[in-house]
Amino acid sequence: MKFDDLARLNGARQERRASATITDLASGEISLVSEETVPEGPLGAGIADAMRSGKATSVEIDNRILFINVYLPPPRIVVIGAVHISQALARLAPVAGYDLTIIDPRTAFATEERFGDVDVIAEWPEDVLRERPFDSYTAVAALTHDPKIDDFPLSQALKAGCFYVGALGSRKTHAKRADRLKDMGHSEAEIARISAPIGLDIGAANPAEIALATLADIVRSLRRRDLLTQG
Amino acid sequence: MTVTSSLDPLVTAQNWAESGRDVAIATVVETWGSAPRPIGSHLAIDGEGNFVGSVSGGCVEGAVITEAIEVISSGTPKMLEFGVADETAWQVGLSCGGKIRVYVERLGR
Repeated sequence: MKFDDLARLNGARQERRASATITDLASGEISLVSEETVPEGPLGAGIADAMRSGKATSVEIDNRILFINVYLPPPRIVVIGAVHISQALARLAPVAGYDLTIIDPRTAFATEERFGDVDVIAEWPEDVLRERPFDSYTAVAALTHDPKIDDFPLSQALKAGCFYVGALGSRKTHAKRADRLKDMGHSEAEIARISAPIGLDIGAANPAEIALATLADIVRSLRRRDLLTQG
Repeated sequence: MTVTSSLDPLVTAQNWAESGRDVAIATVVETWGSAPRPIGSHLAIDGEGNFVGSVSGGCVEGAVITEAIEVISSGTPKMLEFGVADETAWQVGLSCGGKIRVYVERLGR
């Protein structure tokens, strides 16, 4: 690999764009493609497969063995609501290798006192997402219970094809939320992607356990995402 | 792990090259059986033998680094293969019983 290719690859990774390198293992020749420049044909199909599954692979084309390595953006979690569950989730997420950002316009909740050096943004999701939109490598967990704060980011998460969309609240609360999302133009199939009540069913009984159940739910969605229809 | 992390082998490789150090990148290109790190995993090595990342659970890194230093001076990429550790032969290998192939190349200017 040449230095310029490495710098471009790292740049794409920082900008959260999926990339792949294709190495001819006999000659050492390397080329770099990003998700927008996947070529047509059998090589392109191999690259697209690798990008979907996140797994590197080798393909044989015209008697040449080509090694395809993929670089997907690191998964990140965006939490809506600087609540008690978020405090625990902010501590668990880095252990599992996830970046985490918390958005909550309520300045009484989004304090340094409560969150230390966690990336907490005390602004409306509408404003934050203009600058930092969701992508398919983002997990969104809406935890405020407040439609004014939760509904917009949930809708955006469904539109962006986030690999995980979860929302806190009882089945009754979620039924009302589903009605509102329907009014916002979402289909039943889209709304069915929302994990609600949030988290794997492990009988979580307190905020820390709900955070753990949510993180496990997120990991499951990421690792099994190739079993889902791509949004 | 974030892309900016100092534990990221490719970011480290770029930083090293920018500060004028010679760099090799080792990549797992094939695995058989139980392998500690998946295909695509990287180890970045500089000319002094400093390294970041991993291609195994620490079982074969030493050998990869030695080969990488040679690749840095020759400029010719190498394919390395590691199988099960054979204690009697003092062979470098994987205790987990798997087999891996590691491609080592010099980062070009």
